[in-house]
Amino acid sequence: MEKNETVVRHDPFEIERREWKRRQTKERLKQLLTIASPIFLLLLWESLSRTGMIDIRFFPPPSAIVGTFFEMIANGEMAKHIGVSMYRIFGGFFLGVIPGVIIGLLMGLYTPIRHFVSPIIMALMPIPTLALLPIIIILFGIGDLSKVVTIAGSVFFPVVINTAAGVLNIDKNYLDVAKNYGAGKQDFFLKIALPGALPVMLEGIQMGQAIALLTIVAAEMMGATSGIGYLIWISYKAFLLKKMYVGLILISFFGYLFSILLRGIQKKLLPWR
Amino acid sequence: MERDAKITITNLTKAFYKKQGSVTALDNINLTIQEGEFVCLVGPSGCGKTTLLRILAGLEDPSLGGFTIATEREDRPLQSMVFQERGIIPWLTVEENVAFGLKMRKLPKKFIKERTAYYLKKTGLEKFSALYPKELSGGMKQRVSIARAFANDPEILLMDEPFAALDEQNKFILQEELLSIWAETKKTVLFITHSIDEALVLSDRVVLMSSHPGRISQEINITMPRPRGMEDIRNDPEMAKRFVDIWDHLQEEVQQSRWEDEHKGEGSWRSGLKTDG
Repeated sequence: MEKNETVVRHDPFEIERREWKRRQTKERLKQLLTIASPIFLLLLWESLSRTGMIDIRFFPPPSAIVGTFFEMIANGEMAKHIGVSMYRIFGGFFLGVIPGVIIGLLMGLYTPIRHFVSPIIMALMPIPTLALLPIIIILFGIGDLSKVVTIAGSVFFPVVINTAAGVLNIDKNYLDVAKNYGAGKQDFFLKIALPGALPVMLEGIQMGQAIALLTIVAAEMMGATSGIGYLIWISYKAFLLKKMYVGLILISFFGYLFSILLRGIQKKLLPWR
Repeated sequence: MERDAKITITNLTKAFYKKQGSVTALDNINLTIQEGEFVCLVGPSGCGKTTLLRILAGLEDPSLGGFTIATEREDRPLQSMVFQERGIIPWLTVEENVAFGLKMRKLPKKFIKERTAYYLKKTGLEKFSALYPKELSGGMKQRVSIARAFANDPEILLMDEPFAALDEQNKFILQEELLSIWAETKKTVLFITHSIDEALVLSDRVVLMSSHPGRISQEINITMPRPRGMEDIRNDPEMAKRFVDIWDHLQEEVQQSRWEDEHKGEGSWRSGLKTDG
């Protein structure tokens, strides 16, 4: 103990080193907790289900769900549903994002356009696109197109609003700089407005991505003969709950995957943040 | 003082209209600045000095009167401004920021590259040229802003308290750097500052402004030979006297506006006034 005291008194680095080590251990503990929590949940579910503490018909053990998962991969059912849903999600996503970005930029840049368009957008935005599904089906049939249009309609609003807000929120100082240094229309758009609006715009696109997934499931439940939403719905109706859980896991997985992809794109596009 | 007039401001008035009480920010300003002169505009906040600079920078229009900037070469921009803070664009690298004005003018790529490299070197930013502004200190950011303005090679330079947000040491260093670049290019500079010391070190002439309405109240020539540093200013009895003169003037201004504040209550000239950063 005495020896320890002298070390402490004479070597500040020694004290700091110990402090640093303590913090490191704490960090590692946090990481461990993050990894442990989903595993813990699955184990709990598995054991409760196997011991009959929860109803195995409604909550089949995760191991059984995994079995079904691989079965569905093997017999090609999985690929079919995923393929169809991805086609609809991507189609709808781009059909919503592209006009959203263009109209949003126009609204941000040109005041008359903003004042003319924003009441229309504000009036239409609160209506859930899913509530319009019957009309969309009448207009576009029960094929893929109606799902694509439904998703596009849901994705469009967060993107258009965030894009317009992104342009409007650009620091006035940068507009002054552009004006003072004689930026022309094209340069102003490419060097100031677009990159300045990009961070908020990408947040809107991220939001749109999440909404696209929500929408596809609901849209496929209501009028489809394939896709992940259909899989969930039909499995539930036929009481094939393991298959239903596989559908839910797929949605969770793709939601996570798309978020990570978009975050990656965001990092690439915004190196200056 | 036999030089040509570079900036001539004549009867310039700027009023801001507000429903609840309009404000005369600048009242009949007349000022001539010579070719190659370094002029500091000093005044209490709210005296309209930033408004005056913004008008010269083409960012705002005068209500009455106007100004001319004598052009020496057709291919030069009239003016370039060094902004107070957040004047450099965060999504452009240091190099792109310095090249900004040149790029906007669509000059040949090779020329832009050379000119940019020259001013990056001058301001000690070479090593940082590929970085984004978020990685720079406040002093470095203002160096970028200064390099951008000089690289643009304008007829005149306008500076809006570029060093106001810096700590003392950095401020002195940047003032000296600015003077050395200026000495080389001999640009005409109009520089706004709160700091009396700064005005004394930098300028050939200090123009004092009073507020409500903004007017030019006094002009003081600083004849002390260059190069001069902060030590020289502090050690020179005549400069010490100048300092006190300007100090007294500003004190008077501040006292008076306080008096007006107290006696006018919600006096019309104050309401909604935000003309000077």
